Amino acid sequence: MSSIGTGYDLSASTFSPDGRVFQVEYAMKAVENSSTAIGIRCKDGVVFGVEKLVLSKLYEQGSNKRIFNVDRHVGMAVAGLLADARSLSEVAREEASNFRSNYGHNIPLKHLSERVAMYVHAYTLYSAVRPFGCSFILGSYDQDDGPQLYMVDPSGISYGYWGCAIGKAKQAAKTEIEKLQVRILLEPSLRQGKILLNCLICVCYCYQQMKDMTCRELVKEVAKIIYIVHDEVKDKSFELELSWVGEVTNGKHELVPKDVREEAEKYAKDSLEEEDDSDEDNM
Amino acid sequence: MEKRFMDSQIKGVSTGTTILAVTFNGGVIIGSDSRASIGGYYVSSKTINKLIQVHDRIFCCIAGSLADAQAVTKAAKFQISFHSIQMESPPLVKAAASVLKELCYNNKEELQAGFITAGWDRKKGPQVYTVALGGMLLSQPFTIGGSGSTYIYGYADAKYKPDMSKEECLQFATNALALAMGRDNVSGGVAHLVVITEEGVEHIVIPGDKLPKFHDE
Repeated sequence: MSSIGTGYDLSASTFSPDGRVFQVEYAMKAVENSSTAIGIRCKDGVVFGVEKLVLSKLYEQGSNKRIFNVDRHVGMAVAGLLADARSLSEVAREEASNFRSNYGHNIPLKHLSERVAMYVHAYTLYSAVRPFGCSFILGSYDQDDGPQLYMVDPSGISYGYWGCAIGKAKQAAKTEIEKLQVRILLEPSLRQGKILLNCLICVCYCYQQMKDMTCRELVKEVAKIIYIVHDEVKDKSFELELSWVGEVTNGKHELVPKDVREEAEKYAKDSLEEEDDSDEDNM
Repeated sequence: MEKRFMDSQIKGVSTGTTILAVTFNGGVIIGSDSRASIGGYYVSSKTINKLIQVHDRIFCCIAGSLADAQAVTKAAKFQISFHSIQMESPPLVKAAASVLKELCYNNKEELQAGFITAGWDRKKGPQVYTVALGGMLLSQPFTIGGSGSTYIYGYADAKYKPDMSKEECLQFATNALALAMGRDNVSGGVAHLVVITEEGVEHIVIPGDKLPKFHDE
């Protein structure tokens, strides 16, 4: 595990002797305690999936949403302290709204994520306040710039991604997302006639590259990834929150419609069962 | 003295100017006269430049109180330049026009200036925006403004066609300015024209005696 920062970790305004700000790292730990959220960018849009753990059967279905609408064309999926995330979503909304008021057009996502990241960073400078304990993924779709995906972490940096994951199962989720990209690597070598593994060739012909997928296809893959990384033993029930923005919604960010969500969940559950079955056969 | 006072009040703020901006196939031409006057009696400058460059491919022409217009364009130029550096790309013409509009609207009590913003950007190509006195923002294929514009509404409406070539558009703009300057006593001097396209910006100055002549001249 990581080292203990005794004495140098009491406030965000203190560096440790080896040049780390422990408060920021602890904030990132808070994100790792929360359940997973992923965002993937495809040819014509962005899809978000969140594994929302249901702590009590008494909760109303659909409460404590972890996907927010920041602007008509921008969505935000969060992981970490939900209250911190809600406050940041308000900040993002104001930024987007002020931009439109001043400049007359939709805020470009890169600029929005930089502005919110700057805000998050400001809270890592002083001892009077604590850093935000949440990471979030911003996604948007625009006719001219296409789909965009950015992630901001508690240290206040924003990165652009094709696919990213935050939360407790982020490593496993990232592996799954990379699998969606592996098909890109195998395709060209196939054309050159170099055969790496026979079984994988058949797989290649069936699947498409992530960057060529449409939102409708990607929704199913996203649901599948969430189901894969969900830990049945440690966490009990969960609600799958899915949202998308792209050509399919005319550039508007919204929660995926009920029928699409049910189809995606069914695909995810069926795929999991298939894999379970194939594992049993091997044994 | 009284007459002068009343004149300015009646005229309001469409003070001594003819300005216009016209889109054509691949670009936009923005033009103005070069006369600055006080009260319609005294020509304070024969060669003033009313075409202000606010960014590489975006120009503004000013009408109304010159002092107000210069102050506003100076502030707008700064804001647009900063915005462009933050965005890491040239600003949209709409963004530049919006900046001007915010300045005009938020300070409408103190200001008396109107603008025509025209330019080229990668997203929508050539565009023309009018920012009126109180802060209204309107996008049009072409527009005319200033006191001299009242004399050429007929000409402009009749002769404008969408998707003109650069030469046709230059002819249209030059004729319009010449006609306005010929009839409006507070418009005159030389005709300034700027042609803005993706490739660059071309400044054309036509002195008074080289302007097209119509009947009676």
